[in-house]
Amino acid sequence: MAKEKPAEIKVKAFGTHYVITQPNPLRKVLRRVDERDLDDPVARAEEALAGLSGEFKDWMQVESARLTAAHAAILKSGFNDKAAEELFRAAHDIKGDAATFGYPSAAVAAESLCRIIEHAPELEKVPPELIKHHINAIQAIVHNHTRLDSTKVATELGRRLRGVADEYLMHVNRDRPEHLEAIMAPSIVPAE
Amino acid sequence: MFRIDFNKLRFLICDDNPHMRRILRTLLHSFGAREAYEAEDGATALEMYTHYVPDIVITDWSMPIFDGLELAQMIRQPESKGNPYAPIIMLTGHSEKRRVTVARDAGVTEFLAKPISAKGLYQRILNVVASPRPFIKTKTYFGPDRRRNTNNTYIGPERRIGGEVEVLQQPSLLDKARSSI
Repeated sequence: MAKEKPAEIKVKAFGTHYVITQPNPLRKVLRRVDERDLDDPVARAEEALAGLSGEFKDWMQVESARLTAAHAAILKSGFNDKAAEELFRAAHDIKGDAATFGYPSAAVAAESLCRIIEHAPELEKVPPELIKHHINAIQAIVHNHTRLDSTKVATELGRRLRGVADEYLMHVNRDRPEHLEAIMAPSIVPAE
Repeated sequence: MFRIDFNKLRFLICDDNPHMRRILRTLLHSFGAREAYEAEDGATALEMYTHYVPDIVITDWSMPIFDGLELAQMIRQPESKGNPYAPIIMLTGHSEKRRVTVARDAGVTEFLAKPISAKGLYQRILNVVASPRPFIKTKTYFGPDRRRNTNNTYIGPERRIGGEVEVLQQPSLLDKARSSI
């Protein structure tokens, strides 16, 4: 849309707040169509996404390599703010992207790793094997399974990692109620 | 039934992950959008925001240095150079409910948890285009009305108080001085 003169803004004052309304400037992009209109932008977009799927395996390998590199840096130099942040970001990106790329079990394992990094009181005291198992699981899922990722092994692996991680986090956060609440809260991600 | 003319909308995408930017670009182009600008960090996005004046912002949360939350807060500054009213859709891998509240309180209009779907993104865009909410300004908040529904019988602790007030316009000292001359 071209830059247009701002629509008139109306302000109503109340005791503790103002309510500000303006005519909807985006109203012009809505158009009424016949119920029989066959155009389906969502279906078109899903098809385009499916067309990208050939690249998803390479993308997941790039994300997995980044996670491995972040872990290697921690093994070499220990946990400092920068190293912990890079590990978290690498895991966080896999958590957000992996299901879209067809690796939902990798997303589960990555989410479990993110929870450890976010909620462990002291990262240096997290058992190294716990983090290593998460990294190895994600690598295994990415490198050894098909993009469909429907194998029982991958699903069970993600579930068990989450169980072990949650047990650890509940124990070390037993005196930190705000963390316990976050650990036990349900996810907002819609179930498939 | 309504459809959106995406070719009339200008988008700004902000995400540090190039794969996610590619996916968003693909989805928006498939919807029919022709103008989708991309930024890989919040600072660049803010600069592009004032330059390109996008109709809708789609931003990730977690980004280095200047994240999506800070971007939303900067856009919502009433005295900012750009338009503080533009819809902001936060697309994020954060999956905890408290994050939704934090994003909402930063002035984010719609929240979409990853994994991304074409349907989810389309629905959020339709929400901001077809059902925009009024903005609320308080001492501590400026952004879209955080209430999705109006419940006049709500008596809980967060109920807004105070009826509509008449704002009395006081003449400025300069006007008073001029009138006395």
